[in-house]
Amino acid sequence: MTIKEIEQEIIDEFEIFGDDWEGKYEHLIDLGKSLPLIETKYKTDDRLIKGCQSKVWMHSELKDGKVIYTADSDAIITKGMVALMVRVLSEQKPQDIMNADLDFINKIGLKEHLSPTRANGLVSMIKQMKLDAQAHNLKI
Amino acid sequence: MLDIKKIRGDFPILNRSVNGKPLIYFDNGATTQKPKQVIDAIVKYYSEQNANIHRGVHTLSREATILFEEARKTVAEFINSGEEEIVFTAGTTDGINIVASGLDLPRGSEIIVTEMEHHSNILPWQLWCERNEGKLKYIPVNADGTLQTEKLKGLITDKTKVLALTHVSNTLGVINPVKELIKSAKECNLIVLIDGAQSVPHMKVNVKDLGADFFVFSGHKIYAPTGLGVLWMDKKWISGLKLGKAGGGTIKTVGFDKTEYAEGPLRFEPGTPHIEGVLGLAEAIKYINRIGIETISKYEHTLLDHATKKLNEIREVEIYANSLNKAGVISFNVKGAHPFDVGTLLDKYGIAVRTGHHCTQPLMNCFKIPGTVRASFAFYNTIEEVDAFVEALKKSIKMLS
Repeated sequence: MTIKEIEQEIIDEFEIFGDDWEGKYEHLIDLGKSLPLIETKYKTDDRLIKGCQSKVWMHSELKDGKVIYTADSDAIITKGMVALMVRVLSEQKPQDIMNADLDFINKIGLKEHLSPTRANGLVSMIKQMKLDAQAHNLKI
Repeated sequence: MLDIKKIRGDFPILNRSVNGKPLIYFDNGATTQKPKQVIDAIVKYYSEQNANIHRGVHTLSREATILFEEARKTVAEFINSGEEEIVFTAGTTDGINIVASGLDLPRGSEIIVTEMEHHSNILPWQLWCERNEGKLKYIPVNADGTLQTEKLKGLITDKTKVLALTHVSNTLGVINPVKELIKSAKECNLIVLIDGAQSVPHMKVNVKDLGADFFVFSGHKIYAPTGLGVLWMDKKWISGLKLGKAGGGTIKTVGFDKTEYAEGPLRFEPGTPHIEGVLGLAEAIKYINRIGIETISKYEHTLLDHATKKLNEIREVEIYANSLNKAGVISFNVKGAHPFDVGTLLDKYGIAVRTGHHCTQPLMNCFKIPGTVRASFAFYNTIEEVDAFVEALKKSIKMLS
């Protein structure tokens, strides 16, 4: 599936909840459980995303021209956000990742996670995932 | 007795809703809300009274100067000080920096803080030490949130010059035995600074009785505007503290060969001050005085006791410094959940708490936690709000389990 298709799938999933934010967050927390987990050996300080109130570790590898992300977080809601980002961007070509506009976050009603507060890790995470893709792109 | 309905009516922001729910503002440790009397004082100042102060001969300027200096008097009386000992600053952080850079300490001096200090009462001293080959030491904290006060004497050497400590911990709410510590410090001739940012809003403070050299607090934590604070200094420091910044308004005469500085607190107030902030602070203090700080203190205690009791009933909740006498703050964690998760969900219920390290990373490291969830109360909060918060917390815990 393309990035846009996955984004639409996610938008459709969250639309079912309408205004029920409890339902949305429960779904987000649930999604976090399916995050492809980063291997313990990669859970090092240099893989921590800066700018998060909670800890987020992100690792990426290039496989058959596509970027594979694995990650983890010590906060459950954050883990859900990470899982969403990985679901959208993992197993995609580096160029597609670098060009993704990711406006689905707004559309699923979780845009408060994009606010420019000190503790905002989501923006840092997206930045890191794109930087990783850029780095992998140079290898192709 | 507190007429809570009338009081809440005085604070316009308490009417707002957040995420479709009535705002329950439990982040008073970060900043407090303002009564319309303070807001009106600011509006009145700019509508009818605005002029630069200490500088003019015309009526507006004279009136503004009188208002400003009357405000200084109001602040002084509030903490039992003389007017000549009150310096207006940009806040607690600014006040501590003024002291840290103004003390003429010998190179290599030692400074003692505590493990529970806010970064604003660590970093100015740390900077001084880095620049002057000084040494920063600290009084450690026990697991129950009390200071290991018995360690103070052992930390003092003949190089130790300063003790800087917080009156009330912004993270734990713990009230430190400052009088006792000041006494011990004075026996060793230490200069003492007390960070009163979290004590002044919640209890009667008598600076003369405390006996420290410096006492600092912020306007915005006591229902007054941001960008303004107070540095109280014992009289002898007015001429004894070096000036870190200088400028117009602080002088008697200026010449390229020699400048004569003013005596009194104006020495430390270069440039045009935050005039409306000062007037707002005076108005806030008058508002508090009309209710009575003791009444406020007692009421906030009932809120804190009620919150503590209810939170203790929740199995998954761990309260820090649980058994101690505290002022207005309750920090806790939910077992198995990150504070960020709890705070995010509580926000969806309209509840504003703070999560994270609360600018006290050394304390977090001491407790080996990434942060806490902190609810901090003010006299416009209610028991009903505490109950709603507890219910929301229970729901959040369920979602996170």
